[in-house]
Amino acid sequence: MASTDTPSRNRRGTFIDTLSGLPWWFFIILLGALFLAYSFFVDETYSDIFIFLKDGVAMTIRVTLTGYALAVTIGLMTGLGRVSKNPVLYNVATIYVNIMRGIPILVNILYVAFVVTPPAINGINVLGDWLAQINLLGPENVLAVLSVRQVDFSVRGTIALAISYGAFEAEIFRAGIESIGRGQMEAARSLGMSYVQAMRYIILPQAVRRVLPPLGNDFIAMLKESSLISVLGVRDMTQLSKLYAASSFQYLKTYTLLAFMYLVMTVLLSIGVKSMERRLSTND
Amino acid sequence: MTDKSQPIIILKNVDKHFGHVKAVNNISLEVMPSEVVVVIGPSGSGKSTMLRCINHLETPTAGQIVVDGKVLSHKGKDINAIRREVGMVFQQFNLFPHLTALENVVIAQTVVRGRSKQEADRVARQQLDRVGIPEKADVYPGQLSGGQQQRVAIARALAMNPKIMLFDEPTSALDPEMIKEVLDVMMQLAEEGMTMVVVTHEMGFARNAADRIIFMNEGGIVEEATPDVFFDNPKHERTKLFLSQILH
Repeated sequence: MASTDTPSRNRRGTFIDTLSGLPWWFFIILLGALFLAYSFFVDETYSDIFIFLKDGVAMTIRVTLTGYALAVTIGLMTGLGRVSKNPVLYNVATIYVNIMRGIPILVNILYVAFVVTPPAINGINVLGDWLAQINLLGPENVLAVLSVRQVDFSVRGTIALAISYGAFEAEIFRAGIESIGRGQMEAARSLGMSYVQAMRYIILPQAVRRVLPPLGNDFIAMLKESSLISVLGVRDMTQLSKLYAASSFQYLKTYTLLAFMYLVMTVLLSIGVKSMERRLSTND
Repeated sequence: MTDKSQPIIILKNVDKHFGHVKAVNNISLEVMPSEVVVVIGPSGSGKSTMLRCINHLETPTAGQIVVDGKVLSHKGKDINAIRREVGMVFQQFNLFPHLTALENVVIAQTVVRGRSKQEADRVARQQLDRVGIPEKADVYPGQLSGGQQQRVAIARALAMNPKIMLFDEPTSALDPEMIKEVLDVMMQLAEEGMTMVVVTHEMGFARNAADRIIFMNEGGIVEEATPDVFFDNPKHERTKLFLSQILH
């Protein structure tokens, strides 16, 4: 009864509900963006910084995209190993996942870049020489003459990121595969499909749908973490900001713009992930 | 070619243990081509486990299983070859939810049997027609009733042209008003001469469709008889007790 005799308060209530339901966080970020855009026009320092950082944006995007593609590939393979009944595959996958999840990404980047790469290149040289010996490739082939210095730090950093993130993606895939009921595998096998066919046509298509949102979130995370490769001197957004700030002493403006550029990219991506999540859940 | 005078399924002293639990205990059974065998018994008596051993969804702990003249070994390709010839229908339907009804029936034909897309499509529509739901071809399992889902599952198994059909409590997960539509399809299959092993609690179906009824208890076969003898003159005390509890 009490709720029906005070219509005015109800109306106020719904008005406040509507107000509080609005995506204020988005408006506030938008406001910041507008303020920065405005500053662009009135303050030449910002446009100066932006022009300096532009090449870094391309590098950040390139490292993130290739690193992520590699990480998802590694993750899928390793995830399949984690659910495999084959003890070798299972243990290899599990060792990899547990080691990688326990090492900070920054440490892994340093390790891959300075410790793993030189002997790995040596190995590739040996392989190239061997292929030349059995006349599959010429004597001075690419593999044989590759030197450590030719392998750019951006490549080393990308591989390190992929190896670190591969472990996270592997656990996402594992969880996705395990979330598909046992009956699906049994039904597929009872129709005569092999384990691989059942995975390929029945289990994975369902599992991948379920893991798309967490995979998307990891893409966003990787975009941010790619800033770590600046320790290798790779000229990404972060590294260029460091250079600009150090030479101009414009710390506040440089790092504000840098932070905001990351923020714009991640907010746009997370809106993308949200809408994907919504679309997938209505399809279920 | 299947020899009509030889049993198509032979179980010889089959055991299946889960740890200390003897789910199936020393079962021997032969099923002839075109025979309809109905397996009944209290829950936990090992009916489903025995059925799942026939197509190796459960690997027997001991004993020998011969299906269509081939001995089921424990590894690899032979089992896939056998499973192709043995259709299975599950209590929980287990349709593939990411595929339409038609695609559910098509997929194994193309992947396993190597049929062309058109050929598989044609067979699938034919089978959906046979189970009475041709109009649901393009619908996803989530939008079908339980009875319709189970009929798609039967069509999916039939599309592989199996020599044997195994039914694992096919109506137990259905609403009462949907049981008949599934049983009708099974009855029709039995009349067409399909070899069937059916685990069920549907006594009406057992009486009308079965050539032979097997009563299981605690992992073993207690009694084996034609429906008339089984329902009207059961020999064992355990069978009498079971029947008195379910036929009220």
